[in-house]
Amino acid sequence: MTFTLYNYVLSGNCYKIRLMAALLGVEYETVAVDFYPGMEHRSPQMLSLNPAGTLPVLTAGDLVLTETQAMLTWMATSFDTSGTWFPAGDPALLGVVQQWLGFSGRLTQSAGLARLHSMLDWPVDGQAACAAAVKDLRILERHLTDRVLEGGLWIAGETPTIADVACFPYVALSPDAGLEHDAYPAIRNWLYAIRGLPGFVAMPGIHYRHEGTSGTNG
Amino acid sequence: MSREYATNDWYPVADAARMIPGHGFTTRLLGEPLEVSGSFENPVVTARDGRMLPVQVRYGHVWTTTGSAPRPLFDIAEADETDRTFVPCGAVQVRCSPLRAVENFLDIAHFPFVHTGILGEEPHTQVAPYKVEIREDADEVWATQIGFHQPQAAKSATEAIETRYEYRVPAPTTAVLYKTCPPKPEAWDVIAIFVQPVAEDMCIAWPWMALYDDVSPYADLVQFQQEIFLQDRSILENQKPTLLPLDPRMEIPTRCDLTSVVYRRWLKRKGATYGALTTAA
Ligand SMILES: N[C@@H](CCC(=O)N[C@@H](CS)C(=O)NCC(=O)O)C(=O)O
Ligand SMILES: [Fe+2]
Repeated sequence: MTFTLYNYVLSGNCYKIRLMAALLGVEYETVAVDFYPGMEHRSPQMLSLNPAGTLPVLTAGDLVLTETQAMLTWMATSFDTSGTWFPAGDPALLGVVQQWLGFSGRLTQSAGLARLHSMLDWPVDGQAACAAAVKDLRILERHLTDRVLEGGLWIAGETPTIADVACFPYVALSPDAGLEHDAYPAIRNWLYAIRGLPGFVAMPGIHYRHEGTSGTNG
Repeated sequence: MSREYATNDWYPVADAARMIPGHGFTTRLLGEPLEVSGSFENPVVTARDGRMLPVQVRYGHVWTTTGSAPRPLFDIAEADETDRTFVPCGAVQVRCSPLRAVENFLDIAHFPFVHTGILGEEPHTQVAPYKVEIREDADEVWATQIGFHQPQAAKSATEAIETRYEYRVPAPTTAVLYKTCPPKPEAWDVIAIFVQPVAEDMCIAWPWMALYDDVSPYADLVQFQQEIFLQDRSILENQKPTLLPLDPRMEIPTRCDLTSVVYRRWLKRKGATYGALTTAA
């Protein structure tokens, strides 16, 4: 086996790893962690693996990774034969990819928390999380609109990168927190394009594209 | 809407095993705030006016009622079969009518499209005729003689099977299903959805299972059910109208399978209309 994913099916961060693996055609093993209601990510056993007490956790032999962005980087550099998902040879492009990987971490704290609050009554300030999520959605909408005007579709460069995978889940799942995509046409097109990538996998709240339709409702 | 009828039913307000003494919390029931505190052995539910409400611990949850003449809590006999694995799946908030959450749970036709690869798959989309009745003695809705092709009927399933089903609505905000247990085909697995009506257009669903499965890790059992329920959640939140229409003139026949028609008729007859739309707009 290539790696083991400590996984929770409803976690957007875990889904980044499942999606990346599917897009790269990589097989892996999963260990289900009872994040909710069990709070098993805070169990002594999980804390010894990841003292931060978050999911996902990825292990491969002696390697233990606890940050999603590190996992995506490791997966792309290990398994992507095309070299496009992590454009290591192009400093400017790689800079932009890293920029949006950083942004994806902010999305976990805005749209991700807003979703956990509205779905599982997570003990956070739901209104503040929603306001932060709207701000982040507008930033991404503006970037993707600029990209379209440049003739681009993806977050950086001519092909999808790990930055697209990292930003996708919490943006796609924002309707779970009542934040619909109607006001974000560029985001809608980008979500639709990602859902059309070969190997794409769904998760609850993110659907497969159906034949003969277009836009995010497809 | 009628709060009147609804106040005399019992509702889940907490996962009993997760009660932590000293860590009470507030929740809402039928539009009113409640304080839930105490312990598994001795849960305490307090209304806004300071009144201590009746409580009982059943089916892994703390149940309460606000009415003056509560009807008895329904019985699920399988809850006493100690060789089953009991799996409470936490609380999921849904912006929909509590009755819509129950109705969706009763619907089989959506399986291939919403729970693709798990509870159904194309081209096996036909629901063969089955039987639905109101059992007058128990005052419950029952749907029986149901069969459906399922790629992954349960975590314990190792191949696609023709799953047998029976559905039961023992109270307006509870649905219980009995389905073929893959490793023990002579027995039923039991899955229920206990719905806490927060308001007419907002509810908290407490999925609960009583299974025969000695093999699957517990976390896998929880996630199997959560994945399915969260697939439904986004659909439930987008249903229009938000309240459940009970006037036959308002029913959209394609969406209403037979169980749903009888469920709606039963609700209307009882006056169990909290979360329902009773007159055509
Ligand atoms: N920096 C981490 C954050 C991951 C994260 O926040 N995961 C969530 C689940 S999607 C979590 O475990 N939250 C638990 C907590 O914050 O206590 C990463 O990028 O992997
Ligand atoms: Fe469903």
